[in-house]
Amino acid sequence: MQLTLEFGGGLELLCESVKVHNVNIDLPKGADKLTMRYLLSWVRTDLIKERPEMFMKGESVRPGVLVLVNDCDWELTGQLDTTLEEKDVVVFISTLHGG
Amino acid sequence: MQPNGDDVARIRREIEALKDTKASIEHKIAVLEAQLQQHQSDDVCNGSCPPISAVDANLANGLSADSVYRYSRHLLLPSFGVEAQSNLLKSSILVVGAGGLGSPALLYLAACGVGRLGIVDHDMVELNNMHRQVIHTEAYIGQPKVKSAAAACCAINSTIQIVEHKEALRTSNALEILSQYDIIIDATDNAPSRYMISDCCVVLGKPLVSGAALGLEGQLTVYNYKGGPCYRCLFPTPPPTTACQRCSDSGVLGVVPGIIGCLQALEAIKIASAVGEPLSGRMLLFDALSARIRIVKIRGRSLQCEVCGENTTFNQQYFKDFDYEKFTQSPLSTSPPKLNLLAADSRITSKEYKERIANGEAHVLVDVRPEHHYRIVSIPNSLNIPLASLEARLPEVSSALKEEQEHNGTVSGANLYVICRRGNDSQRAVQCLHKMGFDLAKDIVGGLESWAHDVDPNFPMY
Repeated sequence: MQLTLEFGGGLELLCESVKVHNVNIDLPKGADKLTMRYLLSWVRTDLIKERPEMFMKGESVRPGVLVLVNDCDWELTGQLDTTLEEKDVVVFISTLHGG
Repeated sequence: MQPNGDDVARIRREIEALKDTKASIEHKIAVLEAQLQQHQSDDVCNGSCPPISAVDANLANGLSADSVYRYSRHLLLPSFGVEAQSNLLKSSILVVGAGGLGSPALLYLAACGVGRLGIVDHDMVELNNMHRQVIHTEAYIGQPKVKSAAAACCAINSTIQIVEHKEALRTSNALEILSQYDIIIDATDNAPSRYMISDCCVVLGKPLVSGAALGLEGQLTVYNYKGGPCYRCLFPTPPPTTACQRCSDSGVLGVVPGIIGCLQALEAIKIASAVGEPLSGRMLLFDALSARIRIVKIRGRSLQCEVCGENTTFNQQYFKDFDYEKFTQSPLSTSPPKLNLLAADSRITSKEYKERIANGEAHVLVDVRPEHHYRIVSIPNSLNIPLASLEARLPEVSSALKEEQEHNGTVSGANLYVICRRGNDSQRAVQCLHKMGFDLAKDIVGGLESWAHDVDPNFPMY
């Protein structure tokens, strides 16, 4: 499944400072759909190069990270159970405090 | 025609006389304004907003002749017009922080005719603020930001009321200060302040225009507006302190907070004038490098929210007693942390280090700052190995020590010193070096900051 993953607010530093990643992810064996839960574990093992604890806590993202599926807060789409479709855009953004 | 000598003397006298009259009139105005301010602050009671008296009730549209002329381009806008401008003139807005975000926000809010404009800040203007905090001028370096910002606002629009709150916002004064305004703008730069301001707005029922900027990115949203989410609905748990970067560490392109600050002014103007759709339940994400603005839909008010949720017990007293520094594990001020990780015999001062150089001691100085910091300025003959890659590059330390020992022909071996910007990372590096067998590694207390302060006053600091 082709997805666009974007990292911002400093999270891009965890994947070699590249903000936009066009990825192709195989469905997990025996599954007929791809959920955010699976995508997070995939990002953790296949995309993130350093300090995974700055991205994840438990099986979800760490506090202070917003997850947006097609420009919509994942709280509104089912969080970890959100089902992804072909060509979806998933954004991971760390909240900023500077000013 | 040339005036003769008598004429020149007469004109000079007349100018002097007029200047005297002007000074006396200005003094009278200042006294009257002080009286007016006193009356208005006397009106503030029980957290209610005192009325704005700038509007002349005798005019049908509530605007004086001067106001009509000053704000004419607003009045000409069919979707804004007299009513919105009149609302604006009757509104009061508080800007917390007169820094990178607050600077442009304040300039526009003063210019557009907000009736009463409050400024909270406890900081002084510094040279390294000037590239982004565009409200301040060089003449105010070393003076309070509040004073500088108020003077700039007053110079743009002397017809509005500007209130200076020259103090840090704390749970002890926040309720009293925020209660005097209709709309709050969060233009601060740290996590505990953001939680504190949001909670205070919920308790007082005030809309909050929240902006943030760092590096080349900015974020903007409106909290606690007409049943919309508050900051805690979105971020119930504070992020780890390592995820909270500061402009003074990570850098910020000056125009980025400028853009977000302007947008904060815009959102506040929309709420104050009751025009348009405020950015509530949505968040604006700005990426300067790719020139992209993305507006995303965010969750609504959370029923489980500790502060604004259904069964909340959070009230004014709870707010006053809440420890925001403990909650977020970071200080309300932006001063950098001062770690003390090492035993005294594993540390030397910058002055001692200077003496050791002067005595020709065989040693290697490792600078563990990131490479782009090292490129700004460094101590000659130091070896740059950023902390993040130190473990992998230990062989470079070993060979540098060996080379130095051979070069100096000492038997006892070369010493190993570690420096960074402020003396925190250098301690972490020495801990790592001790663990890896470099038992004699020492850090230089206070880093390059202390070197510039105690040894070489001409050393550039950033």
